[in-house]
Amino acid sequence: MSFVPVILWTDGLIFALLGGVLALVWFIRRHPHLSAPWAAVARRPMATGAALVLAVFVVIGLLDSLHYRARLSDSPPGRPQYSVEVLSVFDKLVGKLRTHQEKTYSAPLAMQLYAKEFVERDGASVRDYPRLKYGGAHLKRADERMPDIVRRALVGVAQGLAVGVLLFGLLAAWQTRRRRIALRPWLASWARGGLSWPGRTLVLVVALLLMLGAVTVRLAAGYHVFGTDKVGQDVLYITLKSIRTGLVIGTLTTLVTLPLAIVLGVAAGYFRGWVDDVIQYVYTVLNSIPGVLLIAASVLIVQVAIEANPERFDTAAARADIRLLALCLIMGVTSWTGLARLLRGESLKLRTLDYVEAARAFGVSHARIISRHIFPNVFHLVLISIVLDFSGLVLAEAVLSYVGVGVDPSMYSWGNMINGARLELAREPVVWWQLTAAFTFMFTLVLAANLFADGVRDAFDPRREGRP
Amino acid sequence: MKPLLRVENLVTRIGVARVVDGVSFHVAAGETYALLGESGCGKSMTALSLMRLLPDGGRIASGTVRLDETDVPALPERDMRRVRGGKMAMVFQEPMLALNPVIKVGDQIGEALALHRGLGGRVARDAARALLDSVGVPDAARRLDTYPFELSGGLRQRMMIAMALAGDPELLIADEPTTALDVTIQAQVLDVLRRLRTERRMGMLLITHDLGVVAENADRVGVMYAGELVEEGARGAFFAAPQHPYSRMLFEALPRPGDAGRLATIPGQVPRLDAALSGCRFTPRCPFAIARCSSESPGWQDLGGQRVRCHLAGMLPMAGVRERVAHAATERASRPLLQVDGLKVHFPIRRGFIQRTVGHVRAVDDVALSIEAGRTLALVGESGCGKTTVGKALLRLIEPTAGSVVLGGETITARNASTLRRQAQMVFQDPFSSLNPRMRVVDALLEGMDALAVGAPATRRDAVARLLRQVGLPDDAGDRYPHAFSGGQRQRIAIARALAVSPRLVICDEPTSALDVSVQAQILNLLKDLQDELGLAYLFITHNLAVVDYLAHDVAVMYLGRIVEQGPAGEVLRAPRHPYTQALVSAVPRIEPQGAPAIIRVAGDQPSPLNPPPGCHFHPRCPHASAVCRQIYPERTDLGGGHWTRCHWVAGQT
Repeated sequence: MSFVPVILWTDGLIFALLGGVLALVWFIRRHPHLSAPWAAVARRPMATGAALVLAVFVVIGLLDSLHYRARLSDSPPGRPQYSVEVLSVFDKLVGKLRTHQEKTYSAPLAMQLYAKEFVERDGASVRDYPRLKYGGAHLKRADERMPDIVRRALVGVAQGLAVGVLLFGLLAAWQTRRRRIALRPWLASWARGGLSWPGRTLVLVVALLLMLGAVTVRLAAGYHVFGTDKVGQDVLYITLKSIRTGLVIGTLTTLVTLPLAIVLGVAAGYFRGWVDDVIQYVYTVLNSIPGVLLIAASVLIVQVAIEANPERFDTAAARADIRLLALCLIMGVTSWTGLARLLRGESLKLRTLDYVEAARAFGVSHARIISRHIFPNVFHLVLISIVLDFSGLVLAEAVLSYVGVGVDPSMYSWGNMINGARLELAREPVVWWQLTAAFTFMFTLVLAANLFADGVRDAFDPRREGRP
Repeated sequence: MKPLLRVENLVTRIGVARVVDGVSFHVAAGETYALLGESGCGKSMTALSLMRLLPDGGRIASGTVRLDETDVPALPERDMRRVRGGKMAMVFQEPMLALNPVIKVGDQIGEALALHRGLGGRVARDAARALLDSVGVPDAARRLDTYPFELSGGLRQRMMIAMALAGDPELLIADEPTTALDVTIQAQVLDVLRRLRTERRMGMLLITHDLGVVAENADRVGVMYAGELVEEGARGAFFAAPQHPYSRMLFEALPRPGDAGRLATIPGQVPRLDAALSGCRFTPRCPFAIARCSSESPGWQDLGGQRVRCHLAGMLPMAGVRERVAHAATERASRPLLQVDGLKVHFPIRRGFIQRTVGHVRAVDDVALSIEAGRTLALVGESGCGKTTVGKALLRLIEPTAGSVVLGGETITARNASTLRRQAQMVFQDPFSSLNPRMRVVDALLEGMDALAVGAPATRRDAVARLLRQVGLPDDAGDRYPHAFSGGQRQRIAIARALAVSPRLVICDEPTSALDVSVQAQILNLLKDLQDELGLAYLFITHNLAVVDYLAHDVAVMYLGRIVEQGPAGEVLRAPRHPYTQALVSAVPRIEPQGAPAIIRVAGDQPSPLNPPPGCHFHPRCPHASAVCRQIYPERTDLGGGHWTRCHWVAGQT
């Protein structure tokens, strides 16, 4: 075998979460009253479009979570030795993007470095912008660059469009076949937006994503699309790698939050009395400690612990991963109070309802009442708060890494990118692309998550029932 | 005489639904016009159309509304604001929600006075006090400075009426003004409304579902069904001979005293108004329907003072449609199934940082009851008297403070509570909150059987199917979720759930008060049938005396946590002895012309159980109170035949 799979802690948890989500989807599909609001979400054009964008991010994140270590080429056949560098399937897919490293900064789509250096030209030493090793290396002259970029972009658009049209054709064929209608009326009702699902939005967003993807792939083959950073690494690659960090923070933190919030919130509301008092005191105290302070202290403790036990981690990736996991844990422990308070209030209300009293009249146990009567009726709140919190957590990671108490400095993350770009903003001429790239990606992810969350909230909020 | 309000062909739409469809009527000054009908018939929507206060998406599609000379739908919103509360005012159903909780009532009334009469300062305050006096609020000057939460429901509704009167309206729209109130308070508020109408010569549009309220208050009556007015006439003629089959069936569905037969029920439900409707809208539920009814919408037919929209107007058989099936007379068993003695439920009141107990709310104070198998004991009283607490304490949903409960010869303690749960179950008031919306019907029914291990697990599914048939639900009902059912059907499910563990006693906590009359009749019939079939005993908790009369064998009347009178239903309701029972019985609005002695009105509200009056709890409101009543709680006075009361006045007579 030419590689050995590496399962980092966060990888395991991410795939466990994925499994959980798939199981939940299967469960929901079997229950009409649970799937109805999701069908309502799917009918909203905005939510569907946002979900597609989110899906692209998730797929990248998942591909980036399949880690392995390659076998060293010079290892003896009997006792294989593996590289200390942990790679992912995503790294393999993007190929040269990772390895094409320049000397230092270069602007997006440039063919020269950003700073002048002494270069040997015709035997003489001249101070000029040296050519990049990989970016635009296929070009002979500087004036070929612009036409080449335009050509690549147009080819990318054309290819994306072609694939989009092909997919649309397949969709149309499948739909008309299934509903046994002619193509023309189907096309007409699609164009009118008269389908039962947001067909226009779906097709447009897919086409747009395909074109964008194709253009990026085309350009990335010959250039550094977002430029390179201080050590000459491709910024596009760093930004894409950061997606996984953002997703891990956004999802795994909730995984920590949920059990705490659900168990404590529902218990406080349902049992009242001293249980309620204790839980309320705990979260009031927790809430009154500044969150950043608590996180900073905990991260430093973890950092010290990692450094004290270097023998436990065989790779740098494993070390960074443990710190990421610790950050998720700590953020989860400090952020469960809001949801717990919400669930407490709702449970207080639900426990007085007649169906709970009826269950008590049958002598049904507390555990059963909570699991069958209380929890299913607060679940929509849990769901709404998961999607709403996700974007907040992604942003929190950026802020924490910027402050220096976030993820490991060696880990790719938007927060680290921003932190790195901070000093360069004072440079003249300014190095703007790192910040822009991180901002664009983070903005897209958070906006998509928020739009999706809006759709989910509208569909699940009982007060908005019946409204479009 | 020129009418004050004239409505012609009013059509109101909400989205595609025609919630009010071609309604025409008029109201003269000094007259009360009652709109009658079940929920969802468009009564409130008619009123909101007149006020132009329709919910989002609602609009008046066509028709004219003339108030005096004003064309209401054509007014710009600016002028409409002056008409609202000025020329016409509205009193809403829920006085709790219609008053702003953070503003003193005096200021809320002052707001209306400033807006419509331009009064301010001292003058406004005097005017507000005069208004409160006119609606019969005692100690008016002080009440102006109270917040709504300090007032009882009856007082709040009076405040609402005072606010509505602030602009000297010519037309008062009262939308179910007394539905949320107790009977004795309802009588007081209706008195106020009647008196004000005569004093001020206002026109009044009274919206209600209660035939009794209509009979005592209206001059003319309009019956609405599915957005249409289907019958109209003077009160006397309407109550003597209702002409539309729907009106007839409303009468037949009403439980009446001394009537042991089955109640007539109206099958089906009010049709959805967003569907296309053709022909007479009542056809699917009408027992008299002919072929023409489903194709052609009937026009108005005049029948000497009454108008009716029915193809068969004047041709309906005069006799009632009620089938007279006598229910099996239940034998008095020698031993009671349930025997309760000295039941007390006291809630501690805690104050301060360490939650010291500073007092007790005596919600239930020394209650004794007994019910025999196969019989019904009704527990009657106004809201807040502790009747629901008794029911819950019996099932140990609330832990009783003291007292013994003997069920089927076994004394119930905290340890053998599961015996109790198998033998006694509860049916709740609100069919919407009594079923878990996320649980299928079959799971709801299985829950009790699983928890109490009733029958072998394999046979439970069959038991569920049998139960559903027993309460008259379709076989496929089990696999559906509660939202697929109407209020009446949900109440059937709740009854089936209670019966799932084959109890011998069912505690029914106002099981019909959230339902329409026709559905109430179905549920009452079902309860009676089940009693005949299974020999169930019921503890029927209610405030509705008509239902008690129909269903109960014995009655216990509760006031402030204690039973003040108990005895056979016929005796207690026909010849009540305790002054409170007398007031309660006489306050119920009746359809029959009042040949009975003058109505006894009790003053004031029920005091708080936190601080009950010393001596007899009822003495502050009692017309017969004497010195001894203020000091000593009366002992039991036996009146023979199991009828007893606690009253010094009665004791003095015998």
